[in-house]
Amino acid sequence: MDLVVEGIVKAFWLLVRADREVVRITLLTLRVSGLATLIAVVVGVPLGTVLALCTFRGRQVAVSLVNTGMGLPPVVVGLWVSILLWRYGPLGFLRLMYTPAAMVIAQSVIATPIVTGFTMAGIGQLDPGVRLQMLALGASWWQLLWILLREARLSVLAAVIAGFGGVISEIGASMMVGGNVMGQTRILTTATAMEVSRGHFDMAIALSVILLALAYGITLGLTHLQQKGRHA
Amino acid sequence: MPDFKSLLSSHTRRQLLVLMLLTGILATVPGATAIAAPASREVILATTTSTQDSGLLDVLIPMFESQTGYIVKTIAVGTGQALALGARGEADVLLCHAPAAEMELVQSGAVTNRKLVMHNDFVIVGPAGDPAGIRGLKSAAEAFKKIAAAEAVFVSRGDDSGTHKKEKEIWAKAGVKPEGRWYQEAGAGMGQTLNIASEKQGYTLTDRATCLALKKRLSLEILVQGDGALLNIYHVMQVNPRRFDKVNGPGGLAFVDFMVAESTQKVIASFGVKEYGEPLFFADAGKSEEDLGR
Repeated sequence: MDLVVEGIVKAFWLLVRADREVVRITLLTLRVSGLATLIAVVVGVPLGTVLALCTFRGRQVAVSLVNTGMGLPPVVVGLWVSILLWRYGPLGFLRLMYTPAAMVIAQSVIATPIVTGFTMAGIGQLDPGVRLQMLALGASWWQLLWILLREARLSVLAAVIAGFGGVISEIGASMMVGGNVMGQTRILTTATAMEVSRGHFDMAIALSVILLALAYGITLGLTHLQQKGRHA
Repeated sequence: MPDFKSLLSSHTRRQLLVLMLLTGILATVPGATAIAAPASREVILATTTSTQDSGLLDVLIPMFESQTGYIVKTIAVGTGQALALGARGEADVLLCHAPAAEMELVQSGAVTNRKLVMHNDFVIVGPAGDPAGIRGLKSAAEAFKKIAAAEAVFVSRGDDSGTHKKEKEIWAKAGVKPEGRWYQEAGAGMGQTLNIASEKQGYTLTDRATCLALKKRLSLEILVQGDGALLNIYHVMQVNPRRFDKVNGPGGLAFVDFMVAESTQKVIASFGVKEYGEPLFFADAGKSEEDLGR
């Protein structure tokens, strides 16, 4: 137990002293996972809405694909993104391997099905009567979409929370495509794994405390947004 | 006709604005899309976990970067993966400790300019109780035989790393095919494998540097050391730019030269003395492999 106390005390001091490396790792974690979540929302929310509202051939297949994608193992994503981004891979000319951009790509791939799936479920649960009523009242398609998203905001924010939670906690993909390079692609999860492997358990615990605090803080903010409008 | 805009209460709009701001802030912080440094300034070093876990690279890489202006991307993986990255031209320079496998790459022409950098040694560690009774044996193969005969827990790296290759070499020498419940493959780095061995109170083969660096957290003791077969030899080599057009030739060459330079070798020779009372590596530039361990 003394190890845990040591770790928490260390986390506290690292933060108070604003240790440069730790601050850099923390900010990079936020940037990479934040941007990946944003991309996932931009792609996933419209996609989920379309899948929930439209009927077309192959919809069942598409929905199953999204549902499977919600559980994509990060290492699998890491491997495939690596193969694409390697120098001699099809996208090697972009020179993105071992950069934060590569991590954003991998994490977006992980988060997008999660956001899509949650959005799809949320919109799909709405009473179809609302849709008919709005159309009968003369709402345009855009207005209708907007109202449906507003009605499903609990689910849509849950989608954002789940997507962000999925990427900020993953390590397999970021380790593989980022390489855990000091000062360049080291994020909280990869740094924690490395410190464990170095036997610096106190540092590892400190980093994990920061990661948990960060995840909790962001999720708290999003949950606040989600619940605020509940009784409005 | 109802006004649909009014359906969006100012409350909801404010909510939406906050959400957009939040994601906007996260996304626009500079560096999120950090563009890679121009190819020629960047050197990808594929190396073994032991050089990173021991902390040696934390000292050497900043030195190299300030001396040459190159930016190093250190990818610390098992030697198996490091060599595979080199063989495919996905790295510029390698720092590894699996001489036989390295020679295969040299012969295939994938790497070139291979130079001896340093050595330390492997040791066999195990629980203080030493159920297989190997303490003080002079031969690693003999010790492995006894461990197998006693079916005492042995935790293997199991990741095709340099240490794992060395371990397989010793099993072959001992004439034992390790299998059964007592033989457990961790599939993990050295530090992690030592943690597992410590938890399970098993034996394992480790490089001395990682072992010393982790010693205070482990309930394991060094039981066998000093066998010539236990030498752990590190070479640096550059991925052949004539074979792979995308490889940073000058950068790889600069790193090879840096690793064998006198000032670097001095740093290597004194690394760890302050913290552990003994050096973690012995600097060997200019020597030949045959000179070692005499």
